Amino acid sequence: MLPNQLKAAQFSGYPPLARQLAVNRVLVLQQLPLSFLPLLLREVIQYDWKFPAERKELDNQLAYLGSLSAEQLRQSMAPFAALRLPAQFERIDWVNEPVQFSEQLTAHLWATHQIDAFRRASVEYVHELNAATPPGPLPAKRLGIVLVGQGVERNTYRLFRKLRPQGVYFTRVSAENGRSILLDAVAARAQAHPIPFGHWYIDGGTEASSCGGLTCVSYASLDTVRIALVGKMRKVMQAGGGGPEVLRTMLAQMKPQDLGLSGDGDEGILNRFQVSVLTEGSGTQLFSTTFVQWSAREVLRRAQPLTLLARFTPRQREQSIRELLAGTQQKPVADPQGSLIDADMGAYYTWINQQRLPGADQSSFLVWFENHNEALAVSPSLPRGGENNTPTDLRQLLRQM
Amino acid sequence: MVVTFGGGARDEETFMPEGQENIPRLLSELIPQSTFFTQVVNRGILGHYVATASLATGVYETFNNFAAVPPDYPTVFEYFRKDLKRPATDTWVVAPSNGFNRIGESGNRAYGAGLGAGVILPKRLLAAALSAGGASQYEHLLRDNYETPLYTPELSGSEIELRQMAEILKLSVSDFTAHARSLASPDELSVYIARQLMRQLAPSLLWITLHDIDVAHSGAYSLYIEGIQRSDRLCAEIWSTIQSEPEYAGKTTLFILPDFGRDSDTDAGGNGFQHHRTGDPLSRTTWMMVMGPGVRENVVVDRAVESTDLVPTLGSLFGFSAELAKGKPLPEVL
Repeated sequence: MLPNQLKAAQFSGYPPLARQLAVNRVLVLQQLPLSFLPLLLREVIQYDWKFPAERKELDNQLAYLGSLSAEQLRQSMAPFAALRLPAQFERIDWVNEPVQFSEQLTAHLWATHQIDAFRRASVEYVHELNAATPPGPLPAKRLGIVLVGQGVERNTYRLFRKLRPQGVYFTRVSAENGRSILLDAVAARAQAHPIPFGHWYIDGGTEASSCGGLTCVSYASLDTVRIALVGKMRKVMQAGGGGPEVLRTMLAQMKPQDLGLSGDGDEGILNRFQVSVLTEGSGTQLFSTTFVQWSAREVLRRAQPLTLLARFTPRQREQSIRELLAGTQQKPVADPQGSLIDADMGAYYTWINQQRLPGADQSSFLVWFENHNEALAVSPSLPRGGENNTPTDLRQLLRQM
Repeated sequence: MVVTFGGGARDEETFMPEGQENIPRLLSELIPQSTFFTQVVNRGILGHYVATASLATGVYETFNNFAAVPPDYPTVFEYFRKDLKRPATDTWVVAPSNGFNRIGESGNRAYGAGLGAGVILPKRLLAAALSAGGASQYEHLLRDNYETPLYTPELSGSEIELRQMAEILKLSVSDFTAHARSLASPDELSVYIARQLMRQLAPSLLWITLHDIDVAHSGAYSLYIEGIQRSDRLCAEIWSTIQSEPEYAGKTTLFILPDFGRDSDTDAGGNGFQHHRTGDPLSRTTWMMVMGPGVRENVVVDRAVESTDLVPTLGSLFGFSAELAKGKPLPEVL
């Protein structure tokens, strides 16, 4: 089927909000090329479980496409329409299985050397979309905080090496009550600006006892979920279990309820997110450091929070997917020093992802070597590439930012 | 001899100023002896098996990276054996994982069956040797695929295959397993097997695919860096072995190159070093060093070349025609 044959009734299998959105916009959807529409439907079909910021972006995108004249839309879509797709793609049920379509499209674009053209088309389209739908003002400046190095006694690795050019490196930060000070600060922001999914706390170990209005995610709290997930993966990968193709489908269709989590309301939205981190993120099932980094990336990309606190804790020593699936894991042994290096890079990536969001020029970012005296702060109020050797504490640092 | 410095290393963690601390041996020992290409562009699919197959055929192969299929175009091993009438024992591939087990021989009708290289998958041999039990203490050597839980091929090797290898390598199964216990990673196991091959069979064309670096897919930056540092050391050790083996010293050209890079930190479509999915310039552009008799030392070539140029260059060195390869011989090392 081609997009111009699309009918509203074909969205009957979509969840309620997604169905309404698609039906309301079916006229513009019919005008989009096959190399583009299923990728958009991949987002639409998830609408009911998306965060508010994502819903707003999708609404804006569909409104933008609907606002274009037929000729403007043709021009905007021309680079996608120019991609060569074989007829077999028309036979895929891309309305109901846009993820599967997307995977096959990606493989085809790579195999036919069209992936670079697709990349260029996508970048250009996003540029046009962003120019046409400028973001509104934020209720507060964004703040990202990352804690690294929990459990490390002595360190010889040069910390914050990639972030130092962006801000000020503080060498004499009081470590006393550091974690509490930071948690209190983000909780206060959550109280001052109560926005659903607007303030997050991600912990590589066990989260603090009280989350104080924050959306909380932790590696330890998902232990049983990870075990259940790996059990399902193991079953499929065993002889007669169906193999990679079945596993791929299973992971793509995994719901919170399949792993013993609630699927209702805001809790269901959060649980969908947590399941996606474990099923879509590479290494998130293996290492807590990867779990924190990928969760922070996805929270920033999807929920676009005003506040994010991410805390890296020691991951276990190297373990392969093969060991994980075979169930031959030895008793986990922590690797604090390696985890510190992972977290240092994770902090850098978290800053990069925060800078991709609207309001980046006003955003602040703090990374602290937990229970030690080193920190780095990036803020419009601070110089770049600086070093500060005067005694200070985290409260003062936050005030300076 | 061709060594792929893999799988997938970025310039940022290797030859860029901030990455040079990870490759001390390449910088201090090998670069001064080599002609160094600073821009080797891979315009093909950035999956390890299909990209390595593209390196070995000189054509950007387009098969499914995770399928157990042979390359479509003739491999360098087939050109070498057919044109130069070389026996099967004269060319070998030592490859990291089961996914590479078809790389020695293409599906091309004019070449293909019976004209390829022997492929040794050391981890599969180790798995076969350990089939009676006791595998847990060797798990660190049996790690196979880091890229996706969707493709974790069985490592089961056959008893026959194991015995054949033991005979070829003149290595008892017990010596093999005992030595394996002293090694730290799958790539160390590969280099150990490669050394055995060099000593017992002295193949004229040997291809070693390193893969430890691909642990980056797990998202642990420190393990990725350790993989690069280990590959740096192993490359220096391979060159040192070449210099110390009479069959190789003074008459061997060594090519070292990554199969491709990894995604840049700033490309929103990726997650930095973790993957190679965006096709951005950093993931497509890498380097190559060539050293050996007749190759100019301490020379840097800044013009862009392609990874498909490797096979025609090997053809010019050996004197065979890589007639279906799409790349061009690199005059700087001929």
